Amino acid sequence: MSGDVDRAVAGRDTYVHGERGHPRTREERMVPREQPTTYYGRPVVKPPVWKPEIPFYFFFGGLAGASAVMASVATFLGRPKLARRAWIGAFVGVTASPALLVSDLGMPSRFLNMLRVFKVTSPMSLGAWLLAANGGATTLGAALNLAQPDRRGGAPEVAAAALGAPLATYTAVLICNTAVPAWSEARAEMPFVFGASAAASAAGAALLSVSPEDAAPARRLGVAAAVVEEAATVVMHKRLGPLASAYEEGKAGRFGKAARVLSLAGAAALAAGGHRRSVAAAGGSLLLAGSVCKRWSVFKAGFQSAEDPLQTVRTQRERIALEGGGA
Amino acid sequence: MSASEPRVGFFTDTSVCIGCKACEVACKEWNQVPADPQGFTGTSYDNSGELGADRWRHVAFIEQKLPVGVEGAAPDSWVQEAAKQNLVEQGLEPERDEDGFRWLMSSDVCKHCTEAGCLDGCPTGSIFRTEFGTVVVQEDICNGCGYCVVACPFGVLDQREEDGRVWKCTLCYDRLKDDMEPACAQACPTDSIQFGELAELRERAADRIEVLHQRGQSEARLYGESEDDGVGGFGAFFLLLDEPETYRLPPDPVVPTRMAGKVWGAGLAAAGAMAAGIAASFIAGARR
Repeated sequence: MSGDVDRAVAGRDTYVHGERGHPRTREERMVPREQPTTYYGRPVVKPPVWKPEIPFYFFFGGLAGASAVMASVATFLGRPKLARRAWIGAFVGVTASPALLVSDLGMPSRFLNMLRVFKVTSPMSLGAWLLAANGGATTLGAALNLAQPDRRGGAPEVAAAALGAPLATYTAVLICNTAVPAWSEARAEMPFVFGASAAASAAGAALLSVSPEDAAPARRLGVAAAVVEEAATVVMHKRLGPLASAYEEGKAGRFGKAARVLSLAGAAALAAGGHRRSVAAAGGSLLLAGSVCKRWSVFKAGFQSAEDPLQTVRTQRERIALEGGGA
Repeated sequence: MSASEPRVGFFTDTSVCIGCKACEVACKEWNQVPADPQGFTGTSYDNSGELGADRWRHVAFIEQKLPVGVEGAAPDSWVQEAAKQNLVEQGLEPERDEDGFRWLMSSDVCKHCTEAGCLDGCPTGSIFRTEFGTVVVQEDICNGCGYCVVACPFGVLDQREEDGRVWKCTLCYDRLKDDMEPACAQACPTDSIQFGELAELRERAADRIEVLHQRGQSEARLYGESEDDGVGGFGAFFLLLDEPETYRLPPDPVVPTRMAGKVWGAGLAAAGAMAAGIAASFIAGARR
């Protein structure tokens, strides 16, 4: 903590001595402030205006993307029963996602404006196109596979998988490519957290109804994804340092704890008794609930971080001290 | 860009701001920005809070009492003189403000960044750069996705609840087209808000900072005038008398687009890892 303050003070001095200001003597800074000042504690950046649809969209988008990959792999490897469940999960995901996104818009009647331009600098634009393209491929893949259970896969499956994988992780890119400090500073790890959470939800959804003899890949995936999600989260919080408090306190903290308990309990249930149908369904439900809570935790953390001006100012002061700023 | 108009902007010199709020009022009147009663903050003369959908100029009031002066020292003693000298070095005027108290006032506005996070993030093309180099939201295109709100490093844009769209300063785009200066700059009685061609404003600001430094106001500094900063320089920059964060301004704003490569790199790596993990969960079973 004291190192934190020292660095903040050092940042102040670097700034004062930098090209913007005029050189000062040391004496003028004899009484360094304990911590950066704020404007009556008011936020520097605006918290998101997104409604509860968005964390649910993160969940359904992840479910859609990971399920599309799972369904395609199952189709190509000749596991029609598991493939069928995964195609249904993917179709549910790509159907719910646009509905949630449109509902969140300030002007839902103008949702088609999203596809008015294709803009590489906007993760929101690329995501809208990705969702539209994956929605088409997944719908086609699901229709073909439900009509022909013995189908061995082709171009629609390849497209659904290739577009599904980025669909599951781009929502992390979306929130990390912002000015919200607890999101943007988590940019190296958040996509892995989202990817693992998406895989866990896809496995969980498939396990709800598939018979145990066909479910082995989904069980393995569910256990592995929950463990990877937990590990990625631990690494993310560690790398965030003081910013991790946005994820550990308040509503974000409660959702985060719930996500951890639910996901790990689901994984433990699957590992211990997943060969029994009832246990597999229960474990799958826990994974799904854990994934929903995870997205809510991350969503709320963004609000908590944006609303705290010290998170913004400290992060930037440290950047100035370490890199000279403007990175 | 349609024509090659020179880039224009604001130079807001807070050292002469008197906190009259004429800019806030003129902006609201000209642009027909709705009223948004905030109530009484109880913290300062600032009862309008911050920039948002319904406030495109905002005057900040900072009341500072710095730890100077020596209690119990005899008048005109060396100890008291040293304390006064300290005041001068901090840019205060001991003759007028014996107790080291000062007011900082500053009219904040959209920065019209060279590299604008809102513009880069807008998925509809609603936000665009005008022929004057300013950044404007086209309200007939905006669908209220809200991404610009979190893409702005300054917390300038916000959604208007009544219509769901996002609104911000246009630098009076309509007035610029008729060769008129923006309403806030015209209304400012002290020329704290100066409008003009950006290159000329930067020169004027450099001269002003030199004058202030010569007068001993060594804490005066320019904010956002340099093209080397994290947003490529502001179209609307400032002269401040304290650290930016004192005024609710970020000390090192960086446009999110500058980290887009790294974020997408991690996103695609994670996508690949997830797909590989899913495939592995099947293949591990096939071997068994």
